[in-house]
Amino acid sequence: MSIDQLLGLATGIVFGFLLQKGRVLRYEKQVSALLLKDMTIFKFMLSAIVVGMFGILALSDMGLITLNHKAMNIGGLVLGGVLFGVGWAVMGYCPGTSVGAIGEGRWHAIFGVIGMVVGAGIYAQTYPFFKSTILAWSDLGKIGLPEAIGINHWIVAIVFTFITLMLFRWFEKKGL
Amino acid sequence: MINLKQMKKSHSKEWSPYLAGALVGLLAITSVYLTTVFMGKSVFLGASTTFVRAAGLAAQFADPAYVEQNVYYTKEKVLIDWQFLMVIGIFFGALLSSKTDGSFKLENVPPLWKERFGSSIPKRAVFAFLGGIVAMIGARLADGCPSGHGLSGMMQLSESSFIALAMFFGIGVITANFMYQKRSK
Repeated sequence: MSIDQLLGLATGIVFGFLLQKGRVLRYEKQVSALLLKDMTIFKFMLSAIVVGMFGILALSDMGLITLNHKAMNIGGLVLGGVLFGVGWAVMGYCPGTSVGAIGEGRWHAIFGVIGMVVGAGIYAQTYPFFKSTILAWSDLGKIGLPEAIGINHWIVAIVFTFITLMLFRWFEKKGL
Repeated sequence: MINLKQMKKSHSKEWSPYLAGALVGLLAITSVYLTTVFMGKSVFLGASTTFVRAAGLAAQFADPAYVEQNVYYTKEKVLIDWQFLMVIGIFFGALLSSKTDGSFKLENVPPLWKERFGSSIPKRAVFAFLGGIVAMIGARLADGCPSGHGLSGMMQLSESSFIALAMFFGIGVITANFMYQKRSK
């Protein structure tokens, strides 16, 4: 096993452990979040984002890591977002959690995993079509929101954190 | 009664989602730093590209020439890399956690699904399979899933991730509510 693979495996084990401890791997948690009845996965994701954001922005400012934004490809984001939203709700898992769900005994998640592998194969076959149509429509490049709106990233991060904390307060007040 | 006791036991072992999530934030920071040091490039958490590689490996098994000439497999590279092992690690991490705190449970159909759509395994399998196909085509078009866009993209404040996440949730909310709307009897 290479160092890349070992690092990946170790990271995944910790990630899977924490996903399971937070109980966010459950079909019920995923679908209840989409039904706006249980905000567990929002609490989990937003906590991860807020904590991760400060560390990653700091490391990037120090030049210790390089940021890697995904392209602002409008067609891909909109059509992809619609398809993913529908598929996520029907399957009840996202790609990362599906594998973890099998790990905690919810073996039926395997059908979703097989579907996703097949979906990836279909996409690989039809990629030239998407590339010359939807993906060619409008690509604004790989850019961060702070640069796009011309505000320092620390200010954006602090505003984001403030909004998140207000949301958390509201979730707890409503018992969601 | 035994079941109820067990449920209570597993319930008390769960961690606050705020705590578990915050620790994932620390994991993400550590992981980006370590990959930069040991692999020479900053690698962020993500999952959906692994499904492309898995499809590529399966296709390679059947027809290596097909994979070689396929533009997308050439672009994404069919290999067992950092992320592939990370996704496998998620399985083992969840297994370890659930086996040690008693929350591991073999389940044929999700309870919430069962309540609404019945206990048929084939029915659940067909919907999950089709949902998986649609979700993955979407994730590839958007170039990420709730890990790549939702966690990693948001942590970097990527403009595209704000849009992706809003689309994922917005459409997901509409779809789930449509599926679980109460039948007027």
